[in-house]
Amino acid sequence: MRALRLFWQTLREIFDEAAYERYLQRTGDVASRESFAAFLAAGKPARERKPRCC
Amino acid sequence: MNGVLRFLLWIAVALVGAFALATIALRRGEPISAMWLVVAALCTYAIGYRFYSRFIACKVLMLDARRATPAERLDDGRDFVPTNKWVVFGHHFAAIAGPGPLLGPVLAAQLGYLPGTIWILAGAVLGGCVQDFVVLAFSVRRDGKSIGQMARDEIGKLGGTVAFLAVIAIIVILLAACALVVVNALKSSPWGFFTIAATMPIAILMGFYLRRIRPGKVLECSAIGFVLLLIAIWSGQWIGHSATWAPIFTFGAPALALMIIGYGFAASALPVWLLLAPRDYLSTFVKLGTIAVLAVGIIATRPTLQMPALTRFIDGSGPVFAGSVFPFAFITIACGAVSGFHSLISSGTTPKLISRETETRMVGYGGMMAESMVAIMAMIAACSLQPGTYFAINSPAGIIGSAPQAAAATITSWGFPVSAADLETLAAHVGEKTLLNRTGGAPAFAVGMAHIFSKSLGGDAVMALWYHFAIMFEGLFILTVLDAGTRVGRFLLQDALGHIWKPMGRTSWYPGVIVTSAVMVAMWGWFLWQGIHDPLGGINSLWPLFGIANQLLAAVALSVATTILIKSGRLRYVFVTLLPMIALVTVTFTAGLEKIFHPNPRIGFLAHADQLAAQGAKAQLVFNDRLDAAVTAVLLALVGLMIAQSLYEWARILSGRKKAVVQESPFVASRLAPEEA
Repeated sequence: MRALRLFWQTLREIFDEAAYERYLQRTGDVASRESFAAFLAAGKPARERKPRCC
Repeated sequence: MNGVLRFLLWIAVALVGAFALATIALRRGEPISAMWLVVAALCTYAIGYRFYSRFIACKVLMLDARRATPAERLDDGRDFVPTNKWVVFGHHFAAIAGPGPLLGPVLAAQLGYLPGTIWILAGAVLGGCVQDFVVLAFSVRRDGKSIGQMARDEIGKLGGTVAFLAVIAIIVILLAACALVVVNALKSSPWGFFTIAATMPIAILMGFYLRRIRPGKVLECSAIGFVLLLIAIWSGQWIGHSATWAPIFTFGAPALALMIIGYGFAASALPVWLLLAPRDYLSTFVKLGTIAVLAVGIIATRPTLQMPALTRFIDGSGPVFAGSVFPFAFITIACGAVSGFHSLISSGTTPKLISRETETRMVGYGGMMAESMVAIMAMIAACSLQPGTYFAINSPAGIIGSAPQAAAATITSWGFPVSAADLETLAAHVGEKTLLNRTGGAPAFAVGMAHIFSKSLGGDAVMALWYHFAIMFEGLFILTVLDAGTRVGRFLLQDALGHIWKPMGRTSWYPGVIVTSAVMVAMWGWFLWQGIHDPLGGINSLWPLFGIANQLLAAVALSVATTILIKSGRLRYVFVTLLPMIALVTVTFTAGLEKIFHPNPRIGFLAHADQLAAQGAKAQLVFNDRLDAAVTAVLLALVGLMIAQSLYEWARILSGRKKAVVQESPFVASRLAPEEA
């Protein structure tokens, strides 16, 4: 069960769902189009510069 | 488990591993099961991780779980976030694993399965894993600094400049090589083209879904995107077989190259949320799933390796790429053994997520081991094909011709019997008109993967679907690398040009974005264009260039690590990074010099240029070879300078002429409870 939870947690981290949740906690916002757009905008510089390896 | 039992267990692992290695190294004349490779790899990784990485963690790096990491000290909930080690492992693996560990081993399989396998295992355990681990640990101790910043701080300005130029060179050559692989996989393939083209509207649809319909539901959106991809693969067969639609989706190499160049430019200049982000999610989703399924497929079907341990091409006369085992096997397989590109990831996002210093061992060393295992799986997929088929797919038209009868006769004369009928039947099985001259590794890997999958699920009837699934999977990987790489290169250029003229450094200034995107795309587009017009198939020149550039960056990273070890007073352990660095410098400089000066026109760029000039070939082809020679020479000169500066720095420190100052962040005690580690 713990392994499954960890697996799910890993997927959420890889796919940025956990980062969005942290963003909502930090800003006190709720999930919405606007807050997700703001989350994407806040993470844009890091995401744009993230290399994808060969 | 008590000490004696543990000791006996590790003895057993070592013995089983040694037996498996002996089997793959010594068995001749009869095919062996791929499971020997799997067992040898798993035992080698287990021993390497348990003993060597532990030695590095405890003695060399002296990792301290009580020391707060930047993720804890600088926690901002955005870039710096203390994260569970398994989660960071998954995140790191998803970032380092790309098409490289799948393509390099497939190309190196022309030498037989043995040279590549030995290099993948030894290179990873003693070099690649070490590089990823030490760079990650040093970056964690320096607030997550990049390898370029560490090179500048620890070695000097030249180090930083060389690292920057090496990164630009690698990105340009990598993108060109990857784009060429896609072109070769999709030329005259309406089914393949349709499937890959469909990934773009699917990614854009995902972007809108995430933004407008279900904000933040990335996993759900990626799953929907994956289902749409499967539908695209399924429907692609109707396109491929339709007399009306097939010609519309059929393109030659030049048209495909122009489309990919246009795509790279658009992807670099379009908003991230629209294409890059959803494609990245989709690619990661497919990548993790397919690698897991491939591992299960290999274990379930236990394919037999049809390729011999060593082929006649170890003498350097191979059709896939020219050059002998040393040094060319070592640069053909970069990712999967040692990849300098990983030092960018290990000093990028990952160090900002590490909760405990001690976790760098599992994430850095362990993550590279996982990638190395992917390379072993690719080697198995390639070597499970009949060698004649393998060479028919991977050899350029300039060597075997483009007619099935002539190609089959040439390959049979090499001692790998294959008939034109075999090749036509296989092409029909995978839903293609021909598989001849599909150089680059992707189609051979796709056929190998389809062969393995079809044996466990669906049989020959679904081989075409598995083949196009594999082509889509690799195409998706590669296009993700293309758009992310073009964008990263654009930022690097903007950073550099911003020092000369400030507006160019502003990422919000659209003319600057357009100009730097165009420069970046023009650079890799140039090499791609030359690749598709190269009579030797392009991969023969581009892949070694990529391997040399990638391994040179690894040499730069290891020289930074060696400098830090010397400055930290750990001279007695310096062999851990110094020996792989020496090995890589030897390999890359030998390969680089051979690529420039070798008298064999299939190996040496200058000899090939002279040959083309003597034959009255187009001036453009002659120029291309001379440009390749110049690029290689510049790379070697830059890294030579960097190594010379490192040696000078080491000599001054060791002789006491310079005080060793390590640029580490000061010790701050961790406040994380031990159980959170």
